Amino acid sequence: MELTGADIVIQSLKSEGVEYVFGYPGGAVLHIYDAFFKQDDVKHILVRHEQGATHAADGYARSTGKPGVVLVTSGPGATNAVTGVATAYMDSIPMIVITGQVPKSLIGNDAFQEVDSVGITRPIVKHNFLIKDVKDIASTFKKAFYVATTGRPGPVVIDIPKDITAEKHEFSYPAEIKMRSYNPTVKGHIGQIKRAAELILSAERPMIYTGGGVILGNASEQLTTFTRKLGYPITNTLMGLGAYPADDKQFVGMLGMHGTYEANMGMHQCDVLIAIGARFDDRVTGNLEKFCPDARIIHIDVDPASISKNVKVDIPIVGEVSQVLDDFNRVLGDMSKNDGSPALDKWWAQIDEWRSQDCLKYDRDSELIKPQYVIEQLHEVTKGDAFVTSDVGQHQMWAAQYYGFNKPRRWINSGGLGTMGFGLPAALGVQLAHPDAQVACITGEASFQMCLQELSTAKQYRLPVKILCLNNQYMGMVRQWQEFFYEKRYAMSYVEALPDFCALAESYGHVGIQIEKPSDVRGAIEEAFARKDDAVFLNFMTDKSENVYPMIPAGAGLNEMILV
Amino acid sequence: MRHIISILLENESGALSRVAGLFSARAYNIESLSVAPTDDPSLSRMTIVTTGTDEIIEQINKQLNKLVDVVKLIDMTGDVHIERELMLIKVHASDGERDEVKRLVDIFHGRIIDVTDTTYTIEITGKGDKLDAFVQALSSIAIHEVVRSGLIGISRGEKGLI
Repeated sequence: MELTGADIVIQSLKSEGVEYVFGYPGGAVLHIYDAFFKQDDVKHILVRHEQGATHAADGYARSTGKPGVVLVTSGPGATNAVTGVATAYMDSIPMIVITGQVPKSLIGNDAFQEVDSVGITRPIVKHNFLIKDVKDIASTFKKAFYVATTGRPGPVVIDIPKDITAEKHEFSYPAEIKMRSYNPTVKGHIGQIKRAAELILSAERPMIYTGGGVILGNASEQLTTFTRKLGYPITNTLMGLGAYPADDKQFVGMLGMHGTYEANMGMHQCDVLIAIGARFDDRVTGNLEKFCPDARIIHIDVDPASISKNVKVDIPIVGEVSQVLDDFNRVLGDMSKNDGSPALDKWWAQIDEWRSQDCLKYDRDSELIKPQYVIEQLHEVTKGDAFVTSDVGQHQMWAAQYYGFNKPRRWINSGGLGTMGFGLPAALGVQLAHPDAQVACITGEASFQMCLQELSTAKQYRLPVKILCLNNQYMGMVRQWQEFFYEKRYAMSYVEALPDFCALAESYGHVGIQIEKPSDVRGAIEEAFARKDDAVFLNFMTDKSENVYPMIPAGAGLNEMILV
Repeated sequence: MRHIISILLENESGALSRVAGLFSARAYNIESLSVAPTDDPSLSRMTIVTTGTDEIIEQINKQLNKLVDVVKLIDMTGDVHIERELMLIKVHASDGERDEVKRLVDIFHGRIIDVTDTTYTIEITGKGDKLDAFVQALSSIAIHEVVRSGLIGISRGEKGLI
């Protein structure tokens, strides 16, 4: 059957099983919006700013594993989406971003609302396309979804000139696609896996260090089997939290700049490091010269370019983490786990000694609300089972340190790009994907104001997210760095003229709760989650001077932490 | 160290800018880059000359391979291969200089491809250092213009980018 280009776009999305498209209309995409109007299969969620659309689609993708889909118009629609595309790119999130473009005949003429979307997004996408012919729409969508979701996932931008969405062509969606230039590696090299297994079993001070790749690759189960089989300590990166249950004894907490004492010391002193789906980011390694000085390193990753990029590794294994870990679990099979070996016992005794430092302790008797306490109470009220999104800064680190994620895809934050404004729209995407789940957005008063317009979207679609604002009236992480490294010159980190957040939330039709005393924290969180149908903004007035500890200053090694 | 990377990539608009953008975004050096379609018009062949430590060259190869438009690449540096570059050079050549220029062109196996009363335009191919040496040899002659194609290369024998 002949369809218009716009209808082909919709039918392509339907063929890919897309439930929701997050978007905002404009001139160049009006034919596509008209096609939306005529069908009910693919639902459109109207945001209030294109950045919100990208973060919402991103939250949807992170919480489900399915690609998030965004539709924006040309020019400012595309440029507003750029921050969200870069956010997804840095964290390897599968996303399809459809940008409208001016008609083909006007491209390059500085037409109204024209930008070179493909050029602007090139460095922040896995791949992008400019479709020049209506007959190419379906096959381009097939390729885009394939590229976005396989190998190391990432965002793909599809730029579509307006004129071809009006032209007609026969629609048939390709069942399969082959690309001669794109063939991601799936299986790991079995010889390398066997070599690595020998090294793993010979370890005296082993450490398992896993990142977002385990979550993206749906390999939590395999990782848990692997880790329990070996009886080795495991640490997760910020992006990897939830891949291994936080309440398990083998879990030593997050590592890196704000990682636990035991995780960072364990990294520093280990003799064999098993890195899985992690990319040795600078916030994880600290000073590369001082990183894991005694360790032989095994690195499992689906992206060959991640291997030996920052840290030279001894045994690289390229493949999908789930497949490689399956192979490891088979190879390790009945090999007696290193359990009961005196060296491993000694190692655990050392780790337990580091643990006894209790590096996440804080003043529980304070008369001020401690942000850490709010996160702990959130954990208790939600029984550790909520989806938690966050913005960027101190509150993000406290959420990562104190919530204790036991399941993958529950912790949703912008780790790589560090995008303030991510939390609220991401929470909306999560809630849409999981209508009955508890969804909390942990934010700060500074981050929240970067995308607060999405409170309106929450109202329109009745998304009952709970927003926990740790309001310390500062850009807390900036203030912390200024306190430590700029002799307390708090340049521009104090936000004057804050709005009345509760009134603001209420003006959008939500519930606002102001909390000023530690004794009111628990009750307020309980009340918020008892309101099943309402979005609630909890404004916690927290201790302004609280810092995130431990902290590794820039340029220091993992063993050079500032403790409380 | 200097490396010659030969790339087979989809002949699509934007493919060149993906490669060039990768080099600028990651602060890699490009000494020269040349590109044109192959006998299969859907594919382009690109030769890049770059410099860097072993680690950087390894990353350049991996990052190039990661580009969706890149079909295949080889770093020819370690293998036996042939390198060529084409130079067109226009020099001042009036009465007194014409014989001297002609003699140098013959020594370097170049060809004079355009002549006016006052100029010669010379075509010469070879490895980069030969072209450098030719320019050097012309030091007493006024050079009007130099155009170089950038290096292209191919492996010797049966090995190749197929």
